[in-house]
Amino acid sequence: MIFGIIDYGASNIFSLIHALKRLNINTKIIGNPKEIESLDAVILPGVGNFTSASQIMLKFKENLLKACESNIPIFGICLGLQLFFEESEEGFGKGLAFLDGKVVKFKVNLKVPHMGWNSIKKVRSSTLLKDLNSEAWAYFAHSYYPLPKNDEIIKGVTDYGIEFPSVIEFKNLFGTQFHPEKSGITGQRILNNFIEYLKK
Amino acid sequence: MGLAKRIIPCLDVDKGRVVKGKRFGDLRDVGDPVEMAIKYRDDGADEIVFLDITATIEKRKTLIEVVEKVASKIDIPFTVGGGIRNVEDAFQLLRSGADKISINTAAFENPEIISTLADKFGSQCVVVAIDAKRTFNTRSGYEVFTHSGKVATETDVVEWAKKAEALGSGELLLTSIDRDGTRMGYDLDLLKLVTSSVKIPVIASGGVGSLDHFYQAFYFGNADATLAASVFHYGDFTIKQIKEFLYLKGIKVRLV
Repeated sequence: MIFGIIDYGASNIFSLIHALKRLNINTKIIGNPKEIESLDAVILPGVGNFTSASQIMLKFKENLLKACESNIPIFGICLGLQLFFEESEEGFGKGLAFLDGKVVKFKVNLKVPHMGWNSIKKVRSSTLLKDLNSEAWAYFAHSYYPLPKNDEIIKGVTDYGIEFPSVIEFKNLFGTQFHPEKSGITGQRILNNFIEYLKK
Repeated sequence: MGLAKRIIPCLDVDKGRVVKGKRFGDLRDVGDPVEMAIKYRDDGADEIVFLDITATIEKRKTLIEVVEKVASKIDIPFTVGGGIRNVEDAFQLLRSGADKISINTAAFENPEIISTLADKFGSQCVVVAIDAKRTFNTRSGYEVFTHSGKVATETDVVEWAKKAEALGSGELLLTSIDRDGTRMGYDLDLLKLVTSSVKIPVIASGGVGSLDHFYQAFYFGNADATLAASVFHYGDFTIKQIKEFLYLKGIKVRLV
């Protein structure tokens, strides 16, 4: 299997490449949007800023839309997940608008960015959270989170002053607000669950 | 549920090897960075900090190699600091797999580097390291020192911490020069002073020598994370022991 990683130039994709390599998955950094159609899965990685990422995303938009329609699984990590939505309070620029809803900033009386290890609570049957402990710790580093219109696509939530969506799944779209590639054993299981799903 | 307090081992790296003396003094070789990172990860480290203290020109290449090796082996976040002068240095380290970069002297001398890095890579990967010492030169009684604690700046630690936050730093790594290497405990006054002045996470560093010192930093100092080096390298206690101790005292930690 080959996973394509969309590179926004600022992301830490090295760790992601190696996390997948440890699970025997080869990755390809996607520079040319046409390459997307031949992939087994696409990953939108996690670091950067919504506005600048949405600009870089422009050239991939049409092909990602096609991939989404032709059911190629797409996994968004952190900002990558946020780009599934159209708008973010982080700034202007349009996301991919695969999902209805928006990306909002934490309005809690706690430190922002929400940075460090927090736990995921499974709220619905989920592909990614299969066989995970009730207290599964994952690594977060973000100030914004997605707020989908449809609650049903929220599979896992995390408590940081409020409960926010941390795992989202809808058809061939998968997303985590945390970084599976940095979440030790929990992250490894989640990536593995994604791979197992692809094999079916 | 909620965010866990973090325990972070710090590895001082010199020419590709982990060393430890007092950070601002003599050095001793204590191991291989990759092996030590894996050991700490397995023991429950929440993050790892690598501070490159090599003083030579060719250091950058050696450091990049270390970062790449570590990133390919460990699946928890790690920070790299030491000698980052500009955006290019930072970019290279992030591309090699570092999750965060820590900047000290360069940020103080050229504060725009913080906003440039935050705009380009996001606040979450910018850690401003502040070395502070008790002096009579500032209002709060704590003065910022740069160049590995050698150069006094006459700047109040509170003023610099607030400025770093305003410029987009995602975290502060606060080291007490007075306590570093002494094992007398974190400087709780310094810690309280800074944690009550900023809204970004603060990592306490310098002086830990007992399990209770970790507790004090979280409970009294309001630290978000504690960093230590020698107590881990010399095997005084394991990270697992610290976390179990903290857990029993009601501090939220990630037990693995």
